[in-house]
Amino acid sequence: MAVANSSQYLEAYADRFADLSEKSDSWLKQQRTEALGQFTATGFPKARDEEWRYTQLSALDKTLFLPAQKSASCAIDVEWLKNYQLADAWSIVLVDGFFSAELSQLDGLPAGVVVSSLAQSLADPKSALLIADKFNQAVNVDENGFVAFNSAYFADGVWVHIPAKQILAKPIQIVHVATQASVAINTRSIIVADEQSQVQLIETFVGLEGAYVSVSVAEVFVGQNADVTLYKVQVESEKALHFGGTYVKQARDARFRHDNFALGALIARSDVHTDLNQASECEFNGLYLGIKRQHSDNHTRINHLKPHGISRELYKGVLDDKARGVFQGRVVVAEDAQKTDSQMNNRNLLLSNDAEADTKPQLEIYADDVKCAHGVTVGQLDEKSIFYLQSRCVDEETARNMLTFAFANEMVDKVKIKSLHDVILGQVLLRFPQEGVNKEWL
Amino acid sequence: MLSIKNLHVSVGDKPILKGINLEIKPGEIHAIMGPNGSGKSTLSHILSGKSGYTVTDGSASYQGKDLLDMAPEIRAREGVFLAFQYPVEIPGVSNVYLLKAALNSIRKHHGQSEVDAMDFLTLVKGKVRLLDMDEKFLYRAVNEGFSGGEKKRNEILQMAILEPKLCILDETDSGLDIDALKIVSEGVNSLRSPDRSFVMVTHYQRLLDYIKPDFVHVLAHGQIVKSGGPELALELEEKGYSWLEDAEASA
Ligand SMILES: Nc1ncnc2c1ncn2[C@@H]1O[C@H](COP(=O)(O)OP(=O)(O)OP(=O)(O)O)[C@@H](O)[C@H]1O
Ligand SMILES: [Mg+2]
Repeated sequence: MAVANSSQYLEAYADRFADLSEKSDSWLKQQRTEALGQFTATGFPKARDEEWRYTQLSALDKTLFLPAQKSASCAIDVEWLKNYQLADAWSIVLVDGFFSAELSQLDGLPAGVVVSSLAQSLADPKSALLIADKFNQAVNVDENGFVAFNSAYFADGVWVHIPAKQILAKPIQIVHVATQASVAINTRSIIVADEQSQVQLIETFVGLEGAYVSVSVAEVFVGQNADVTLYKVQVESEKALHFGGTYVKQARDARFRHDNFALGALIARSDVHTDLNQASECEFNGLYLGIKRQHSDNHTRINHLKPHGISRELYKGVLDDKARGVFQGRVVVAEDAQKTDSQMNNRNLLLSNDAEADTKPQLEIYADDVKCAHGVTVGQLDEKSIFYLQSRCVDEETARNMLTFAFANEMVDKVKIKSLHDVILGQVLLRFPQEGVNKEWL
Repeated sequence: MLSIKNLHVSVGDKPILKGINLEIKPGEIHAIMGPNGSGKSTLSHILSGKSGYTVTDGSASYQGKDLLDMAPEIRAREGVFLAFQYPVEIPGVSNVYLLKAALNSIRKHHGQSEVDAMDFLTLVKGKVRLLDMDEKFLYRAVNEGFSGGEKKRNEILQMAILEPKLCILDETDSGLDIDALKIVSEGVNSLRSPDRSFVMVTHYQRLLDYIKPDFVHVLAHGQIVKSGGPELALELEEKGYSWLEDAEASA
């Protein structure tokens, strides 16, 4: 049975689907058809789904967001983009979900390293073969309605392949830029880091003013003993809706780190899932800031499937005005995953009486010899600390700002790429009163 | 410098200070001793402006101004410094950052410009050496993970840099090892000057061997029950407090 909100979308996206389907190889055509079937059956997620009960999705019913069209890259002010696009990284830019060769900077990539448009790579039989091997392998099309929507209708995205033993000297940045209002931007990224490679990636989501929906699915495959760090910087426009899923598969001894900065958008939902193989390690860090009426929903899932895995997770939320933050962190330790060592923490700071934080850590442990810890806090600024700062000449408002900033800055400070650190710091300071926080002294 | 008259302070309905009178002139050192729970920290807190207390009677004036009327940060900028009995950990704010913020707000309060970055560093490093601290402490978060003694030393470092006029030291000596006590005392002594006064809350005579007080007061049950010269501390060391409390009870 088609659900109310999805039926409008099915109709509006029928031409897009026919067009994409026709261009796709048979394997992809099949994937898209399956995804379409799934989306037809379930539509976008509903509040009655346990995993989605906090996420506000009514905007998708109220407005029909049409498929984004390819727009001219010249619509973008290059100077403005420099606020987000790092000069010291290789970068690939997607404008409204379509690859822009003009804005991307991929000169000097080492031989064998591929960073390219997904659509273009699918047209190339050799890389299409590699992509076919990975597509929807880190996520199932029935994971949720957005994955189905994305799999059915994505037009472009990014394909990254790091060959074995390759250690990249510079980070690779994927910049998603939204320029149109009232559209849905649908991108798919597939990132493969072969065994013993090392790479740092950055996904930046940024938009001009306007209400749009950004749906992004990234699948990341971390090969044996490879080391991948993925920073996500979500600074979508104030009215945007953002639905981003990052689905990771780690091979034996693989290390994966994800730093999630959820700063923008009116309604943002982020899912980060990883499957840990034997002795693989993951580190999830997150910072969500909410002001005005922002809603920031952060879901993580760490599946310990094999023995000796290590996971570390720390998400922090700062919520002011009428903002709402959600953290749902799930750690699953399979029967076979003995000697798992897992820690999950979520800390929330409420700055106003109307702000809200919902935190829900979930541990599901089926093995008996494991070390799993978790802790959550929701609180206000500590009065003792405020008085201590006041006794050191700092006025109360500045003291509050300093403590708020310090709370958030713990996450910013973890970013070791200087240029990226500065971009994120600037974005954090933009969203909170800067009074008393002297950037030059930091 | 500081004139406390008939000061009564309660927490909720509970009276804690019951009529304190104390006159402190510039350059003087006053030691305050007294049993646990007698109100020594409460007095320190009320002077530095901590909230949660009610002044039910009396007054405190500092340099001729009504001290109790000022916001805590104004008192601090005017030169009142409290070295906490239990210094607070402030994760995420580095020591050097707080020192700079504090120093600059004092300068601003007095109509001066921000301190020059190089001058500041020279000043701070000098004081760090004076207190025999590791420079690494400057870049660590304020008191976070510091040992008890390190926290106390850090309080004195802040004091040495901010150069207050009225220094209130609440049990700065407790938690310090013998060597540290000597170093901290030397740091305090180096700050002695004719226009700077000290209030030292302590339980031990030992501190007073290093920092010679002009007056010693005994606070018991929220009142100063006896005042005298340094010899009073020796007498307390020998006899404890009970003879005073007995005297108070029979009075
Ligand atoms: N916030 C509060 N609520 C209730 N009682 C309080 C509060 N603050 C202080 N008191 C009480 O006031 C009394 C004085 O406490 P204060 O900390 O001033 O003692 P002190 O002389 O500094 O003791 P110590 O030598 O142990 O440091 C104690 O009985 C204490 O329990
Ligand atoms: Mg005390």
